Amino acid sequence: MTLAATQTILPNRPRLSGRISDFLWKHPQVLLAVLLGPPVLWLGIIYLGSLFALLLQSFFSIDDFSGLINYEFTLATYRQLLSDANFDIIVRTVLMAATVTLFSAVIAFPIAYYAARYARGKWKAVFYLGVMLPLWSSYLVKIYAWKLILAKEGILTWAFTKLNLLWLLDGWLSLPVIGGNSLSVSYTGTFLVFVYVWMPFMILPIQAALERIPANLIEASSDLGGTPQQTFRHVLFPLALPGIVAGSIFTFSLTLGDYIIPQIVGSSRLFIGQAVYAQQGTAGNIPLAAAFTVVPIVIMGLYLWMAKRMGAFDAL
Amino acid sequence: MRSDRSTSAPLGLKVAAIGGLAFLHIPILLIFLYAFTTEEKSYQFPPPGLTLQWFAVTWDRPDVWAALTLSIKVATIATAIALVLGTLCAAAVSQTRFFGRETISLLVILPIALPGIITGIALRSAFSMADIPFSFWTIVLGHATFCIVVVYNNAVARFRRVSGSLIEASMDLGADGFQTFRHVILPNIGTALLAGGMLAFALSFDEVIVTTFTGGQQSTLPIWMLEELIRPRQRPVTNVVAMVVMLVTFLPILAAYYLTRDGDQIAGAGK
Repeated sequence: MTLAATQTILPNRPRLSGRISDFLWKHPQVLLAVLLGPPVLWLGIIYLGSLFALLLQSFFSIDDFSGLINYEFTLATYRQLLSDANFDIIVRTVLMAATVTLFSAVIAFPIAYYAARYARGKWKAVFYLGVMLPLWSSYLVKIYAWKLILAKEGILTWAFTKLNLLWLLDGWLSLPVIGGNSLSVSYTGTFLVFVYVWMPFMILPIQAALERIPANLIEASSDLGGTPQQTFRHVLFPLALPGIVAGSIFTFSLTLGDYIIPQIVGSSRLFIGQAVYAQQGTAGNIPLAAAFTVVPIVIMGLYLWMAKRMGAFDAL
Repeated sequence: MRSDRSTSAPLGLKVAAIGGLAFLHIPILLIFLYAFTTEEKSYQFPPPGLTLQWFAVTWDRPDVWAALTLSIKVATIATAIALVLGTLCAAAVSQTRFFGRETISLLVILPIALPGIITGIALRSAFSMADIPFSFWTIVLGHATFCIVVVYNNAVARFRRVSGSLIEASMDLGADGFQTFRHVILPNIGTALLAGGMLAFALSFDEVIVTTFTGGQQSTLPIWMLEELIRPRQRPVTNVVAMVVMLVTFLPILAAYYLTRDGDQIAGAGK
């Protein structure tokens, strides 16, 4: 019945395009396949295929004598990954990523809060572009800017000299672990650049979360006698937390995998990204490089799972 | 009437917010200042003098031009591929219901959610396993893969606002699917696609991590920049190139903002 009806209603289209279009209308599955086919094939073959091939290689090992890859299933590479030296790299990177995330949240929160609650009209646009331009502008140029800033003859030393605070900078640099010969070869330098480059990714999710908090909740809190500190602690912060967690996905993941920033600004001690790069390049040890890449994937998997449980994806 | 907001912010908040924005922008302003410095050997601040001569020197550098041309070519082709694939994917996800929609969204976002080094090394080892020589096209292949998500995000956001009844009306009036696409859907999603395309262009133009793995001998502008960062040879030229790169990426971002500001501001949500 319905079939007969459609056949009579549909006009006879003279052109081929019309007939194709009718066919697709009557067979939505074919239309779906036509739409989804190319992107899924592209991503599936090129991206997932490569990723899978890489992960597979982490179960191979490298022959110590010939330097060739031994194509037999083994967990030896993972044993090597957990050796002391390599484990140090993992711990160092995770600690750095966590510190960067924490400080990014602290710096991003006031910007997001001001933009969400006080900025109106033109200022709203200024704040939005003020975050978007640094976020999207060239990654390498941003690092380069910090090379200029952190250089011994650069603006930071100049500012400290002018303020007669050079002793403070020297004192900081003489501290163990976070200090060094100059800012551009210390962990402090690496940390500053990481925070600068990834912090903008934190602002927009927090802002989105804050914008969804009804203003009368804050009023109710103060009507009931809450001080601003108490309101922040018990109302604002818990409601903004999904946004913070959503932003932290970016800062954490991006710091975890970066190998260019610590290479340009920082000490000679490696981070995960640098270890991957060194293993696949100069060392030619693809299995170990592949095993190293599994670390951020697993950590991010756990992180995303936790974030999802905290409702962070609704804030994205 | 709502009288529920106090209009002025507490001083501490104001200082923290403005200080945060200053932290984001001062380094960028420094890039502009250093492009004019007369100092060649160091990063001295304040600059001893200002000059325009380095613009002329940079203009005459063939290696800078070669890198710039390659970057623009790669970004153009990668953006074109991403536009087609991203729009197809967005149309499928937003206009139809099917099993596994969530998975498709995840698949599109994955290349940008995982650290770039993973995408890069995965592509590199796959290319070498398949005996594909590194070339212009391997760079494009890598770039297009992570540019899809930007177009997809913009297109999905706009598709959500295109009312289904418009499409039905067009069909009722006798248009076939292609005519509907050409005259109804495309004008509605056009600006979103343009914005997505511009952001994809900016993303590809700036990409360095995946490119170090998928490029052969060719160097794109970011690769050229990276070499200068690791082994500075001519600082003043690098200063000028840095400023130009900054400007080139600012324009598409501003354009994308103005194209999408009336809608949900999705343009850059998540790089």
